[in-house]
Order: sequence, then C-alpha cells, then structure tokens
Amino acid sequence: MNLSTKFPSLLMFLTVFLVGAATPGFTQHENQENTHEEASTADHEVGDLCGHAGHHDEEFDPAATAFHHIANPNVFSIGPFNFPLPCILYAPDHGLEIFSAGRFEFDFRGHGDGHKAYKGYVLDAGSVKRVVDPSFPQESVIIGGFAHEGDDASVCYEGKAYPLDSRSAMDGGLFGGGISSFYDFSLSKNVVALILVFAFLAWIFIGIARSYKEREGKAPKGIQSFMEPMFLFIQDEVAKPFLGDKWAKYQPFLMSLFFFILALNLFGQIPFFGGANVTGNLAFTMALALFTFFVVNFNGKSEYWKHVLWMPGVPAAIKAVIITPVEILGLFIKPFTLMLRLFANITAGHIVVLSFIGLIFIFGKSGESLGGASLGVVVSVPLTIFMMAIELLVAFIQAFVFTILTASYIGAAIEEHHH
Amino acid sequence: MVGSLTAIGMGLAVIGAGIGIGNIGAKAMEAIARQPEAVGDIRANMILMAALVEGAALIAIIISYIL
Repeated sequence: MNLSTKFPSLLMFLTVFLVGAATPGFTQHENQENTHEEASTADHEVGDLCGHAGHHDEEFDPAATAFHHIANPNVFSIGPFNFPLPCILYAPDHGLEIFSAGRFEFDFRGHGDGHKAYKGYVLDAGSVKRVVDPSFPQESVIIGGFAHEGDDASVCYEGKAYPLDSRSAMDGGLFGGGISSFYDFSLSKNVVALILVFAFLAWIFIGIARSYKEREGKAPKGIQSFMEPMFLFIQDEVAKPFLGDKWAKYQPFLMSLFFFILALNLFGQIPFFGGANVTGNLAFTMALALFTFFVVNFNGKSEYWKHVLWMPGVPAAIKAVIITPVEILGLFIKPFTLMLRLFANITAGHIVVLSFIGLIFIFGKSGESLGGASLGVVVSVPLTIFMMAIELLVAFIQAFVFTILTASYIGAAIEEHHH
Repeated sequence: MVGSLTAIGMGLAVIGAGIGIGNIGAKAMEAIARQPEAVGDIRANMILMAALVEGAALIAIIISYIL
C-alpha cells in the first residue's frame, strides 16, 4: 500500500472513529447485517415485513441518523460504546416494571438494538418499545431483529412480525412516539445528562458561595472570577432594567434559568459524551416555559390583569371582540414560543451538525467509495467545525434570550402604573 | 407531495423571519453608528426583538411540520 492510498484510509479511519459518537450505527454496520441474515435464514417462513428486516440499514439515511441522535434513548453512549440505563416502565394493563436496559442484551458497540425481549418490552435503536400483542411471550426471549415501515416498527419473533407500540413521549409524538399504551419514567439519556449538569452546577455555585463568605470584601479568585462577570451581566442587563426595584425577588429564578440552560446547551455540544440533547427536548423546554408561565401569572398585579381582560382606553365593542381574546391567547402564546424557540434552535443545530457529518457517508456511498469519503471529509470537517462554533454562540444567545424574555414578561406583569 | 408543501411552508416562514431579523440588525447597526455609547442597550434590545420575530416564524415552521 503506497502513501497515496494510505492517507485517505487513515483519514477515513480517524473520521469514522471521531464520528462514532454521533453515528453509532455505522461502525457496527457489518455486524448488524450478519445478525439479521442469520435470523432470516433460520426461519424460512418469515413474513414479508420480517424478510426486509436485514435491509433496513443498508443505505445510509442521514435523516434517520440525525433523528436517532436527537432522540432520548434508554442507553447512554460514550464514544461508540453503549451503557445500559435503568428502565422504569408502567403500563396500565401490565403494572410497573423496574429493570436495567442491560436485560435487552444490546451490543456494546452499535445501534443499541436489543437481542432479547423482556416482559413484553424490546429495545429498538436504543429506545424501549412495547409489544402490544398479548400473545407475545412475557418472559425473556431471543428476538430476530426489527422491521421499520415509515413510522411503524415491528419486532420479528419466530417468523412473525409483532407491531410495536410507539415510544412513550411527552411531546405528543411530534418527533416519534407519543401517547401510547405504556409510560416510560426511565432514567433515559437526557435525564442522566440533566442530573450530571445539575450536580456540576451545584458543585460550582456552592463552592463560589462559600468563597464569597470566606473572602468577603476581597477580590474574586479562581472560578469565582470567571462566573462573576456572567452573573453581573445578567443582573445588570436583564434583571435590573426589566424588573425595576423588585429585581432581587426574581433574581434567583432568572439566574437558575440562565445558567441551567447555558450549561445544558454547552453539555449538548460535547462530542462523544452521550450527545445529550436536553434543551432540544420539547418536554424539557415545556417544563421551563411552564415555570415562566406560573411565575408570571401568579405574580401578576391587578394592573396586569386589567390590561389583559379589559384594556383601558379602548371602545368596549373592540375590547370584547378583539383585544381581550387576543390578550388571553397571548398569555399562552408567550410561554409556547419560549418553549419552541429553545427547542428549535438547539435541535436545528444538532441536526445541521449531523447532516454535515452525514456528507462523509453520502459521498462515500456508505463505505464503498474511499475516494468519495475522503472528499466528503474535506468538505464536511470545516463545515462541521464552523457550525459547532456557531452553536457555541447560539448556546449563549438562547440562554440569554430565554432569560431576558422571562424577565420582560415578569416585568410587564408586576409593573405598577402611575397615571 | 405533503412533504414538499411542508418544505415550501417552512421556506416561506424563514423568508419572513429573515427579512424581519435583517431589518432589526440593519437598524441596530445604524443606531450603534449614531450613538456608540448606547451599544449595550441597543444590543440587548436587538436580541430581544430578533427573538420575538423568530418566535412567530417558529410557530409557522412547527405548524407546517405538524400539518
């Protein structure tokens, strides 16, 4: 092998290694193929659906890869390796089940497709799904792979395809899943990321608070001098101008929002480490927006409610027909846009980075063409680095925007008018 | 067919948001050039306004995605 062929293959190897975190499916490609083939040769009466099971990941699908990444699976992947997380599942007709995702016996490297079903649950691409058919065995059995047709997934067992209930998700099924026959309270990837970030922030801020007590009146030191400008920026640019003299009461809420969102945004940017997408999860941003909604409306003064329900200085007919309905709608639209803005910005950023990385596999025809893949690397790496740099900026801007909008909504609600 | 209509709807929403945020940015630059000492206030308000415009576009994008 001369140098000219060695170099692209080295590049290819490096890229595949680096991209491993983002596209765990690729490194496992051949292995996966074999398992499926064995499964389908074992049973010859495999239905049409199951016959195609081995082929669902033959072509590289950038959209599927991106959506796999932004999903919230029940395994935590560090680099190309998967680690099981605890599953807490409740189905009204089945009861509560608590077990480790390791029961599904998924591959240590790869997609995270479980090779076993456990108590009627299976692990499809890292996500727990339930077999609705009551004739499916409830004990631990070896399954023969998964078949996907559009949004519908089914599991193959003894040559028969059993339809799977979609993943349980709080976002109403906007990005797969939805309200289904079981509830998933598991410590999924995003929950683990959330707990890690929470512990990290608590450690930093408790340490800073202690050093402010110990070193009172002295210049800040260490991490303290890194966090103080950010803290003062939010206090002086967001809290004080929008909240007037009541700023101290809402300061803790605003600071918690800002630093929590910022830390989670930045945590989602770390490659190889779970690829957490917490702030790009609709359920999480909905929880944050609900906090804002309740803080704003529980603290609203009579002046605020008067402007919402019966705007002064406008003819009564116009008030009744237009202004009041629009204002009441506005009460809900404000937190709704807060929720969507953070979710869409972070999710879009993740998808764009994943699409740029996917260029390598599109150009390389899923590993057939080394030259194409090398060209893909040349195109994709600078674009990805550029996009990730922009994402760093977006992480700060979105945390700031969420905080400043919350402050302005609270400010409008607690304002006392002096006519 | 439905997918392509979704894409057209998203594109239209993005055009609107692009015009809006572009205007905000242009006017903010003008304002900073006129009064460089007010750069902090202008920047904060610029981001706030851009976020509000973006919110309207995001609602359109999500609705076109759902429908």
